[in-house]
Amino acid sequence: MAQVEMVDIYLMGKKYSVPESLTIMDAMEFAGYQLKRGCGCRAGFCGACGTVYRIAGDYELYVGLACQTKVEHNMYLAQIPFFPAVKAEYDVDELTPSASSLATYYPEIYRCIGCNSCTNVCPQDLNVMQYVAYAQRGDLERCASESFDCIMCGLCASRCPAHIVQYHVGILARRLYGKHVLPPAPHLQERVEEIKAKKYDADLDELMKKATDELKELYNSREIEK
Amino acid sequence: MYTPEMKELIKKVEETRPQRVGVDFPRMTPEERTEVLKNYHPDFIEEGFRPLKIGVNKGENAPQELADLLEARSRLEGVELNLEEVAYDVDVLVIGGGGAGAAAALMAKEQGAEVLLVTKLRFGDANTMMAQGGIQAADKPHDSPPIHYVDVMGGGHFTNIPELVRALVNDAPMVIKWLEEMGTMFDKEGNGTMVTAHGGGTSRKRMHAARDYTGAEIMRTLRDEAINRGVDVIEFCSAVELILDEEGKAGGAVLYNLETEEYLVARAKTVILAMGGAGRLHYQNFPTTNHYGATADGLVMGYRAGAKLAFMDTIQYHPTGAAYPPQILGLLVTEAVRGRGATFLNIDGEQFTYHLETRDVASAAIIRECVGRKKGITTPTGMVGVWLDSPLIELIHGEGAIERMLPAMLRQFSRFGVDIRKEPMLIYPTLHYQNGGLLIDEHGQSNIENLYVAGENAGGIHGRNRLMGNSLLDILVFGRRAGLHAAEKSKGVEVKKLTLDHIDAHHRELEENGVDTAGRVSPMLLPRYTHREVLETAVE
Repeated sequence: MAQVEMVDIYLMGKKYSVPESLTIMDAMEFAGYQLKRGCGCRAGFCGACGTVYRIAGDYELYVGLACQTKVEHNMYLAQIPFFPAVKAEYDVDELTPSASSLATYYPEIYRCIGCNSCTNVCPQDLNVMQYVAYAQRGDLERCASESFDCIMCGLCASRCPAHIVQYHVGILARRLYGKHVLPPAPHLQERVEEIKAKKYDADLDELMKKATDELKELYNSREIEK
Repeated sequence: MYTPEMKELIKKVEETRPQRVGVDFPRMTPEERTEVLKNYHPDFIEEGFRPLKIGVNKGENAPQELADLLEARSRLEGVELNLEEVAYDVDVLVIGGGGAGAAAALMAKEQGAEVLLVTKLRFGDANTMMAQGGIQAADKPHDSPPIHYVDVMGGGHFTNIPELVRALVNDAPMVIKWLEEMGTMFDKEGNGTMVTAHGGGTSRKRMHAARDYTGAEIMRTLRDEAINRGVDVIEFCSAVELILDEEGKAGGAVLYNLETEEYLVARAKTVILAMGGAGRLHYQNFPTTNHYGATADGLVMGYRAGAKLAFMDTIQYHPTGAAYPPQILGLLVTEAVRGRGATFLNIDGEQFTYHLETRDVASAAIIRECVGRKKGITTPTGMVGVWLDSPLIELIHGEGAIERMLPAMLRQFSRFGVDIRKEPMLIYPTLHYQNGGLLIDEHGQSNIENLYVAGENAGGIHGRNRLMGNSLLDILVFGRRAGLHAAEKSKGVEVKKLTLDHIDAHHRELEENGVDTAGRVSPMLLPRYTHREVLETAVE
């Protein structure tokens, strides 16, 4: 078996030697941490593990998801698993799908100075500054679409000099768009009414009484939609 | 990036590839399937299970790792706790902040109940967030709840509890409507018609999706709405034991603040357990697709209070979990990869099973190749796996097919230096879902009065096997039902004196049955990964 290559990393300033193949998250556990904050789905979906780091000899501050980023030699890192941000409380039913709805709850979107820091740090490679620009214009469709893959890790907000909480703006835009702009599904409405009128109750009651053999026969002779 | 040793092995895959194009490996006969399942599917590995020595399901089989936690001592042993000192006093206590808990809290709140939701990690930290594929509902004209019913029963090998299946399929369109009204962005055509697709075992195209972020979209919408509606939420605060009242009814829970490490008493008229599954117990040492918090806490707490378990001996393993690169170990490789023609190959580049066997059979065949025949490929971290020859897809469907059909997979692997258009993927079965859980009725009630269960924590809906797309559905159907019923019920409840006598009784039962708990304490709350074992294996 091959020799395991080790690298030195610095967790909150303490030096640990860890296998170079590990993600930041695995490396922290390898070093002996039992994570409470800063760990969630471990698959890049939940946004729990935003991490900032520097590499010795490099002035730049890097960011990434701990579960999706490999360790490097001489990496100095700290997690920012909780970055304070206030979510506005609103009633989506009452709001109109417009720029003014967004501006009411998140007026700071107009303070954007166009520095693009949010886009640069996004671990999902979203064009964050662009979707904030769509929000400013009230272009909900584009704002919703551009922000859709957001995992709400908060790295954008952590770097914003205008104090915008981009991911909260994104979800409000998406909910307004989904609720008020996308047309409701007509077949869904019909089916809900049928169910409320108990249209399928008798058939379901009948099925529940069936013996396993009868059900098996129904199952095996199902017509499969192409 | 593959190591030089692995790249050397990949040459064997490349050598046999041209001969494999357009040639199907023979399917197994029914006898062969039965045999491979019996010998290699983890559900049939006798050592993987043991009969429980205590509790309502005494004598019934449970996975060893779960039995270890069910047969362990309480975290509260030796803790000074005054049950009269009530920190939170509410109508409905919801434990768990995934899809089921959020749905339950929203419905209970809507009924006017005072609701408290506590969750071990962050609100929304749950398997719900990771569900990609979709959610089933029979809402198209040529489909119906009865047609959905037959699909579910067949998928579960006719072991499902009929009342629960009826609730599942009949509520399904209502659940989709509810989500639509909250602004959930389902994939739709221009006039609003839902874009729906097939899933394994469906007879109609009824899989609704929101790109391949379906669970995330649902979870973040529910979370946003719960906060808007004023549901009280405490994060990083787990429950560690249920509290009963002197009549034996549920009356609250002992909470544990993960940061201050304090225990707190929450009194409630009704309690809803929505604490998810158990993937992080790594049954039989399997990696898992599950969230960090999936440690069976709800099963342990409920069982200790006398709630009955169902179908605990049936676990869903997904045949294609990533075995390499180590950074994505156990994560899901979508079934579409083999659906498009990629085949399984061993260390010699030889195919050993038909590539489209069912999930359970495919998993068993891969395990046989690695464990039984020792023909797997070992990774630098000591994992073993077989190739899934993705480049074959480009040979079958033409150059560019992977980028077009499997963009998420392409991105996931390329992040760690593997180009699946040119190099095969290394995969191994991964622990995906617990088919069983605490037994519920159609209102989400357990056999303990005023105790409800919803989501993966609950059992009976799917029988011995769940179909794709019915999990996102079940957490919402039974989350909503539990929330509604628990809120209504709470109006007539007067909580009597609180007690933890059932914990003492549990300890006595352990002793009377001669269970050696070997210092085990549960619920587990957080898994512990030090990776020392991984390193030790690797440097052997």
